[in-house]
Amino acid sequence: MVTKDQFAAAALPAAAARPHRPHRRRQKAGNSLTWRSAGLIVPFAVIFFLFLILPIGYAVYQSFLGQQSSGLGLGPSTTVFAGLSNYWSAITSPQFGAGIGRIAIFGLINIPLTIGLALLFALILDASAIPCRGLFRVIYFLPYAIPGVVGGILWAFLYQPQLSPYSDMLSALGAGQVNLLSTNMVIWSIANIVVWEFAGYNMLILTATLNAIPAEQYEAARIDGCGRVREAIRIKIPQLRPALVMTVLFAIIGTLQLFNEPLVLSLVTKSVTTTYTPNFMSYTEAFSNDDYYFAAAISVILAVITAALSFIFLTVVNRRAAR
Amino acid sequence: MSPAQARSLPGGSRRAASTGDPASRIAWPNKAGLLLVLILFAAYCLLPVWWLVVSATKNSAELFATSGFWFAHGFDLASNLRELFDFQSHIFERWILNTLGYAVIGSALATLFAAGAGYVFAKYRFTGRRFFFAVVLGGVLLPPNVLAIPLYLLFSQVHATNTYWSVFLPSLVSPFGVYLCRIYAEAGVPDELLEAARIDGAGEIYVFRSIALRLMRPALITVFLFQLVAIWNNVLLPLVMLNDQHLYPITLGLYSMYASASAIGAPPNATALVVTGVLVSVIPLIIAFIALQRYWRGGVAVGAIRG
Repeated sequence: MVTKDQFAAAALPAAAARPHRPHRRRQKAGNSLTWRSAGLIVPFAVIFFLFLILPIGYAVYQSFLGQQSSGLGLGPSTTVFAGLSNYWSAITSPQFGAGIGRIAIFGLINIPLTIGLALLFALILDASAIPCRGLFRVIYFLPYAIPGVVGGILWAFLYQPQLSPYSDMLSALGAGQVNLLSTNMVIWSIANIVVWEFAGYNMLILTATLNAIPAEQYEAARIDGCGRVREAIRIKIPQLRPALVMTVLFAIIGTLQLFNEPLVLSLVTKSVTTTYTPNFMSYTEAFSNDDYYFAAAISVILAVITAALSFIFLTVVNRRAAR
Repeated sequence: MSPAQARSLPGGSRRAASTGDPASRIAWPNKAGLLLVLILFAAYCLLPVWWLVVSATKNSAELFATSGFWFAHGFDLASNLRELFDFQSHIFERWILNTLGYAVIGSALATLFAAGAGYVFAKYRFTGRRFFFAVVLGGVLLPPNVLAIPLYLLFSQVHATNTYWSVFLPSLVSPFGVYLCRIYAEAGVPDELLEAARIDGAGEIYVFRSIALRLMRPALITVFLFQLVAIWNNVLLPLVMLNDQHLYPITLGLYSMYASASAIGAPPNATALVVTGVLVSVIPLIIAFIALQRYWRGGVAVGAIRG
């Protein structure tokens, strides 16, 4: 951990070597924002407003509108204020409910598996007696280099019954003909793609934190006669807590926006419908059904759920920590 | 914890403590078991990539007829590559260039903007600082896929969809980058040094450019990498914004190739072309990632420890 003082100690000799001039402008370190220095934050502020705040605001506005066709639906349709009706149709829509249910199940499969594997392999590879630790780390991290859609296409090939070497392997093991894209299997197949992509990445986050645990803590544990496993439980896991909180939070956010993998698999199997996840449904409503207002309402609901779940998760975790 | 520190301590003091200590050695049956687990997981990670390499050397007929994990008799990689780059009058090259434009230029600019904002949040006091930073953090919770359709609605309102800018501009926002830069600037850019420069008569912008940016370099590389991945992983945004195939990034291009290869009546070698395209797009990424691996470890630690 670099403290400010350590850093300053390293940097100050150069500054101190200069002739000391009396303070002209400020008493304390330059702290108040001037017009010139505000220029440093302006580019970010502008794009943040234009491409994050504004679209969300505009989507909220649109979500309250609706199309009303005059006459018997033959005349030109007009845009009217629709109140909460888009929200109501989303919440009561069976497809939307099913989509929410699917990502809930998907999250229950995907998050424990991804984080569990990441933790397991971060801990194993932290033991110095293991050979080729660096090589293993690189191999586990490698799938993360492959973009989601491309990874999805790769696995879609590997799942297709005509092509799949994994189906061949399963039948060789005596599991019979398993269709990895069948309605029951496909959620596991999607979870597998996501675990494959993210387990090694999360492992790397945990590894970075493990490397920062000071040596004295281990020595103390060794004097107490801790074994390897107890050492992991008593020292490493508590230290990993903030990193685990962050990885779980990002996994929750990632789960809620699930789109790329189902999009790709929907091309090769009817088990993945165009309303498979809420995000996919929003896309379908906007671009297949031309109902932008309904799509906007779904996006807003999804954004609210994401923010609410993240907030609840962080609150629960922090309350536990405070206890 | 700073990234610089994380990297300068590869073995660290505690490693030295644990290797020399006989009590820390693992008994060999356990060690063999652990190695087996490690190798199995490595196989899980690598098998799809191996399948990809093997399959890119096959034509479509062999792809469906031969075992997935080993080579066929013919070796068609060269002809697959030739066909891929000739596909639709060299559109694949265009996609590669587009991807570089969206992802590399986009994340470079995003990093610069995030650095400026993070530095201001770390080093200046102003009214509403806490509030604005909370708003930026709220932005971290809004994933790109949730934003894509609202962005489309906004861009279509100003008739700017199906342009390079409609994908490029939204990619410049990196709230997580601002967060990382702020944490890093607080710990890694000493006030004393900034003050010394000011006393020497340096302007605020000059101080930022010549001192802060230099000290923040490890964080900037991490922010750059995060944003790069975020941009090239985001396929929904180009998917909703772009109609013109000439504006596609590789990911969307491969998706459209895969969609037409999966449709009925696809040309005979379409599947082999997609496989080859996936391989061509993946190999440079894998090499880049392995080369830059150490920056990931350092950077994510900053977020993890404070997060």
